Amino acid sequence: MGSYIPSTGDERLEMLKAIGLNTVEDLYAAVPESARLKSLNLPEGLSEMEVAACVSALAEKNKVFRSVFRGAGSYRHYIPSIVKTITSKEEFVTAYTPYQAEISQGVLQSIFEYQTEICELTGMDVSNASVYDGGTAAAEAVLMNVDNRRRKTVVISETVNPGVIEVVKTYCGSRNVPVTVVPAKDHVTDLEALKAALTNETASFYFQSPNYFGILEDSEALIAASHEVGAKVAMGVNPISMGLLKTPAEYGADIACGEGQPLGLSTAFGGPYLGFMACTKDMMRKLPGRIVGETTDAQGRRAYVLTLQAREQHIRREKASSNICSNEALCAMTAAVYLAAVGPEGLQKVAKNSAAHAHYLAQKLSEIEGFKLVEDKTFFHEFLMTCPICPYCLNERLAEHGILGGLPVDGGILWCATELNTRSEIDNLVALVAEIVKEEASK
Amino acid sequence: MKLLFERSRSGRKQTLIPDCDVTEFGFDSSLLRTNKPNLPELAEVDLDRHYTALSHETFGVNTGFYPLGSCTMKYNPRVNEAMAALPGFTELHPLQPESTVQGALEAIYRTGKLVSEITGMDDITLQPAAGAHGEYTGLMLIRSYHASRGELGQRTKIIVPDSAHGTNPASAVMAGFTVVSVPSNEQGGVDLDALRTAVGPDTAGLMLTNPNTLGLFDPNILEITKIIHDAGGLCYYDGANLNAIMGHVRPGDMGFDCVHVNLHKTFSTPHGGGGPGSGPVGCKAFLAEFLPKPQVKLEDGVYKLFDPAQSMGKVRTFYGNFLVVVRALSYILTLGKEGIPEASAGAVLNANYMMNRLKDYYTVAYPGLCMHEFVLDVGPLKKETGISAMDVAKRMLDFGYHPPTMYFPLIVHEALMIEPTETESRETLDEACDALIQIWHEAHENAEMLHNAPITRTIGRPDDTKAAREPVLRYQF
Repeated sequence: MGSYIPSTGDERLEMLKAIGLNTVEDLYAAVPESARLKSLNLPEGLSEMEVAACVSALAEKNKVFRSVFRGAGSYRHYIPSIVKTITSKEEFVTAYTPYQAEISQGVLQSIFEYQTEICELTGMDVSNASVYDGGTAAAEAVLMNVDNRRRKTVVISETVNPGVIEVVKTYCGSRNVPVTVVPAKDHVTDLEALKAALTNETASFYFQSPNYFGILEDSEALIAASHEVGAKVAMGVNPISMGLLKTPAEYGADIACGEGQPLGLSTAFGGPYLGFMACTKDMMRKLPGRIVGETTDAQGRRAYVLTLQAREQHIRREKASSNICSNEALCAMTAAVYLAAVGPEGLQKVAKNSAAHAHYLAQKLSEIEGFKLVEDKTFFHEFLMTCPICPYCLNERLAEHGILGGLPVDGGILWCATELNTRSEIDNLVALVAEIVKEEASK
Repeated sequence: MKLLFERSRSGRKQTLIPDCDVTEFGFDSSLLRTNKPNLPELAEVDLDRHYTALSHETFGVNTGFYPLGSCTMKYNPRVNEAMAALPGFTELHPLQPESTVQGALEAIYRTGKLVSEITGMDDITLQPAAGAHGEYTGLMLIRSYHASRGELGQRTKIIVPDSAHGTNPASAVMAGFTVVSVPSNEQGGVDLDALRTAVGPDTAGLMLTNPNTLGLFDPNILEITKIIHDAGGLCYYDGANLNAIMGHVRPGDMGFDCVHVNLHKTFSTPHGGGGPGSGPVGCKAFLAEFLPKPQVKLEDGVYKLFDPAQSMGKVRTFYGNFLVVVRALSYILTLGKEGIPEASAGAVLNANYMMNRLKDYYTVAYPGLCMHEFVLDVGPLKKETGISAMDVAKRMLDFGYHPPTMYFPLIVHEALMIEPTETESRETLDEACDALIQIWHEAHENAEMLHNAPITRTIGRPDDTKAAREPVLRYQF
């Protein structure tokens, strides 16, 4: 049996005696007899060697793809070695939320730096210290502007990642906030349908660009239409694209948020990830979650603290702006280190190479008969393409070569490429696809 | 300490990404940002040293004793970290075909079964990312249940004791309920008469931590859950303090219908300076059809994802903080049948041992046996010497300890809440008690110094008021 208790059985008996007890059971005197448990139906404990073998066996049952052409909300990018070195430093890993500022300046300063980087990426004025993931960031964002008097409803575009739409619906549903999903037209938000959905009761509109299909939305028009009726706009972005593309602030959005996983986090079967959220200054006190601010101590030395806590659950209880307590601090630090490692030029390079590879992939695939871009629109690093054979069959064949193909969705396959998918990797994929299609056709 | 941005020098960079090997794609200039983001430009060595310096200004469980009440800062075993770093887990895409992630689905399934057994529940979701996220999910189960019976319009109130964590009432509001607070009785438990008065046809449910935030196990627990059930409400167990009772008594056997646990407290996964955590939610069989999408099931030897019949919907984009789940699995497999109850008994023993050593100096808020934590009331000391809970806590820093939780629970005004956990040796407990006793003497002999504590850190007490009144929330270039 494994244990992490340092004291020996004899020591524990002595400690029991010191407090005037004889047995461990005496410690549980307050528990009603009828509720006490006789024994747990669990396996016997194991040594570290056995545990390592057992859990490693589970890891080995999974297939790790050598080459990944799938995104749809989770993206594989190159993670610089320095990122993991820094974020495995044990003080960062094993610290609690930095309530005690004097002993937590390291963590607090790192969050302040993260907040600054997120503001720089999005062009916004204020960032929080993170929320759980892109889905919960979107949900918290649309609820920021809901009030009981006038602004009671939320509008979201159908071109947002479907998982994110569902999270928004759950969070709004429980607050009795009606959600209207604006339909897509040709795989972008239908502007006319948006205008019809917006009313003077609309609190917020949420859209994502690049959208679920990788296409850049007409952000300017969508935001203008929302502001026309006084609704606030939360815009979801892929943080890597911010190395290159126009920011939510430049488009006039009120809140920028999204999935921070591409910034140095592994795809990790969906988590832990990072929800980032930033907004304009006038919405600062509505922003949920932890926020770190700069101040001084009595001697005038610069210091960082958790601040604006009048928004938070431990002070405001049922009147808090959100219930969030633990967030994704170490993931936020990962993103901060990633951004500092790549720097402004490196981030631009990652964005440019991802876009270039995706466009090269699209061009090469479209040379195969039956593969055609579904939309002739500007995309970032994902695109929807028709597939002349069963997409699942194609992917099964590609898997034999260690390749995870694009995601089968309605209307074709959603392909993705990043800086990791080099030209030779793409050429190899395209040759295989051509071969598989030919074989399937001759069956 | 300098900020990343103050260390930055224009033109410095790291060679991480090769030049592009295909033709660059030219976006229309109207789509491009005007200026590059002002990110730091640093050589690798400077970046490395910057964070090493920050790590020296950070205190973790690996640094030293961390008796932060209500947070269960137990040691985070290394093998768990090693398991969570296996490429067979970290490199999985969440949308891979199910046949290629059988090991990951099995890890989720098995961890779910183990945590269900420990909590006395029939089913579970491992999706919530933190305790508060778990509370929300658990309350959504209660909401979905009443809705399915056509009673949601009527059952609008969640009962929360006044000693509860702040997340409880905040989560209840997020789940669309209003909050009714019930007072504690003189023994620190739920006031049964007040509870009987509070319940009625509008009761949706109760949220309760047991042992509560005073570190006391409520002996009336069976009566409490019965009162709620008789009124047609459901009982939610906040697992923040589960570390006291594992293997000795289960929420499911106390009458609770659903529960959240914190893998980052009870099941030894690290806190990461405020996450990522994981807050699985267990429930009795009659609530399982409302669990979030998707769930994992085992059918003919194959693990599959499926959406429960009347699911509340999604609470996050994918399946949870999976790598945290792997760590917890590794931990539960290590401890097993005997190790789990032993861990809890160890936590309770350590807390009582410390409380017993301190009781002749400090006032124990609720004397008697405590569970895994206890609350000192610094009020009497303050009256006598002017030294507050804050002063004591800040002086602890000078002795190289993380302070206890201060000013919580709210019902004890000068509270210091101490939770040593089971992973500390008797010497560590003795040394921490010696420090607290010395501080007690200092309070009587040198109060002025305590008001100025900490005196050995790189900063003194920061000005919180200034931070909130004149917010500086980012570096200004």
